[in-house]
Amino acid sequence: MKTKEETWELRLYIAGNTPKSQTALSNLKRYCEEHLKGKYIIEVIDLLVKPQLAEGDQIFAVPTLVKKVPEPIRKIIGDLSNEEKVLVGLNIRPASK
Amino acid sequence: MSSTTSNKHNTPLKSLPKSLTGIIGLDEITTGGLPAGRPTLICGGAGSGKTLFSIEFIVRGAMDYNEPGVFMAFEEKTEELTQNVTSLGFDLDQLQKEKLIKLDHVHIERSEIEETGEYDLDGLFIRLGYAIDSIGAKRVVLDTIENLFAGLTNQGILRAELKRLFEWLKEKKVTTIITGEKGEGMLTRHGLEEYVSDCVILLDHRINNQISTRLLRIVKYRGSVHGTNEYPFLINEKGISVLPVTSLTLDHPVSSERISSGIPTLDKMLDGQGFFRGSSILVSGTAGTGKTSIAASFADASCQRNERCIYFAFEESPQQIIRNMRSIGLDLQKHIDSGLLKFQASRPTLNGLEMHLVSIHNQIKEFKPAAVVLDPITNLITVGSVSDVKSMLMRLIDFLQAEQITVLFTALSLNNVVNEQTDEGVSSLVDAWLLVRDIESNGERNRGMYVMKSRGMKHSNQVREFVITDKGLNMIDVYLGPEGVLTGSARETQQLQEETGVVLREHAVSRKNREIERKRLVLESKIAGLKEEFESVQDELNKTYIEDELRKEVLDKNREQITRNRHNE
Repeated sequence: MKTKEETWELRLYIAGNTPKSQTALSNLKRYCEEHLKGKYIIEVIDLLVKPQLAEGDQIFAVPTLVKKVPEPIRKIIGDLSNEEKVLVGLNIRPASK
Repeated sequence: MSSTTSNKHNTPLKSLPKSLTGIIGLDEITTGGLPAGRPTLICGGAGSGKTLFSIEFIVRGAMDYNEPGVFMAFEEKTEELTQNVTSLGFDLDQLQKEKLIKLDHVHIERSEIEETGEYDLDGLFIRLGYAIDSIGAKRVVLDTIENLFAGLTNQGILRAELKRLFEWLKEKKVTTIITGEKGEGMLTRHGLEEYVSDCVILLDHRINNQISTRLLRIVKYRGSVHGTNEYPFLINEKGISVLPVTSLTLDHPVSSERISSGIPTLDKMLDGQGFFRGSSILVSGTAGTGKTSIAASFADASCQRNERCIYFAFEESPQQIIRNMRSIGLDLQKHIDSGLLKFQASRPTLNGLEMHLVSIHNQIKEFKPAAVVLDPITNLITVGSVSDVKSMLMRLIDFLQAEQITVLFTALSLNNVVNEQTDEGVSSLVDAWLLVRDIESNGERNRGMYVMKSRGMKHSNQVREFVITDKGLNMIDVYLGPEGVLTGSARETQQLQEETGVVLREHAVSRKNREIERKRLVLESKIAGLKEEFESVQDELNKTYIEDELRKEVLDKNREQITRNRHNE
């Protein structure tokens, strides 16, 4: 499994400290600890503070989790409550399960 | 922002503040533009001009009204957009540099996106808000926000968020255009009209007989009067122009000045003075009745008054008309040379009706004529339906009347009586209507003309015979004989007959006079005879009387003599 050697660069875009962003962040941390321990970086970007960053990653919904590395780029929108979908989106588990 | 809001409330009446679009014609129809600070929905099918419409709104706002704008594109990339509108002379790059507009492309790639759980569109809000604040935008375009529906599956969230977005835009006090693709049975595919309730404009692109017409209709405009019709619009090198420029009002100035029709006898039929300046005149008739000749006479008369005239010919080339008119004694070439007359000949099928209208508009604006001739309008039917032509002519007449330009149309009517009443349906629009008819009798064809209507003046009710001579046109009184109206050679026969009658009558009169003279002579001679007779009787009587006197005298003498003789004895 080559992919295990890679580092997951994850960016979570939020807009203020809302319950939704709280949930998303805690969910993300939990999944990463479970499946990607030691191989991930999480960058949280608050658009209320840095609105100019929204255009670059084509953000229109929050919270949005952007996975830039490893390829392909994926965006996961929502509070990440569905573990199954998040893991598929992050290429941690094969989609055919 | 507070200064702008106070500006908007400067109007004395508390009417809806509006934001001028700068799009030719649209501001007239909406009486001042789109509702300021509110969202407007522009919907229409693919290729109906939605994007162009909205980009012109932004660019005109930035360039002409000092209102910067944000264009958020969900479909096209900003580079593509910039390229697409360069042909219209809009330099988006430059405007972006000057911070007058901001383009933002929202790219939504379905395959990249996964949805889990609750989310909202605050990202979009923040992005838009940032763009608005960075240039102080007053105008926003979202083109086409419906693309969100393609990218996101949770419709419930999406709809709630859109509603919030429009509310938020209203709070931001930006004038917004939202575009939407036309859906089946609905104005937009995803029912955006539910959220945007202030102003909805529908664009359409129709093709009739291979000729395309773009149409615009204001479906609703809350809190404002607006034109409700479908208005054709054009996209040309100057952007969008919605036609007509003036169409809603009937308050153009009127003139009571009269101008000659170029045919003195026709003027006589029109209260002796001709048409009103700035009126519209229709000359209709069957083929070959001399409509073009009347039109050319009118044009000639206008040039003779030293007024400019444009002749729009849809059937004949200018050279042909000039040659033909020379045969009736009209020299149009000299007016062309002096720059008073301008011919504009084109086949009707060259353009759609709207393009014709625009080119007519432009020509008139440029040449500033006092009179315009359209010969014939019937041919325009080949490029549009009767109602299209009517609406086009109506707008043309409105425009011309507002400019105080006298216009003369010719129209070919088909050879049946019913149709005479509905020449392209413009007969009710025009101020004066002359009808030239064939009168066929005694094996020949003649032309009869009458004034069907002429608003605001006393006009002749007589059918006149319309003759075309090599010295021009003339109207001749027709003869009303026992067999009806007499024209042509029948009229001439009648004239001859009348002349014969006159001679015969004169002859009869002189014979009677001679007889009277003779009778007088006879009587006079009789009187002389009687006089003679009387004198002879008188003489006779006198003779006896003298004889008696003489005898008495002699007797007296004799007696005296005898007496004397006795005394002398």
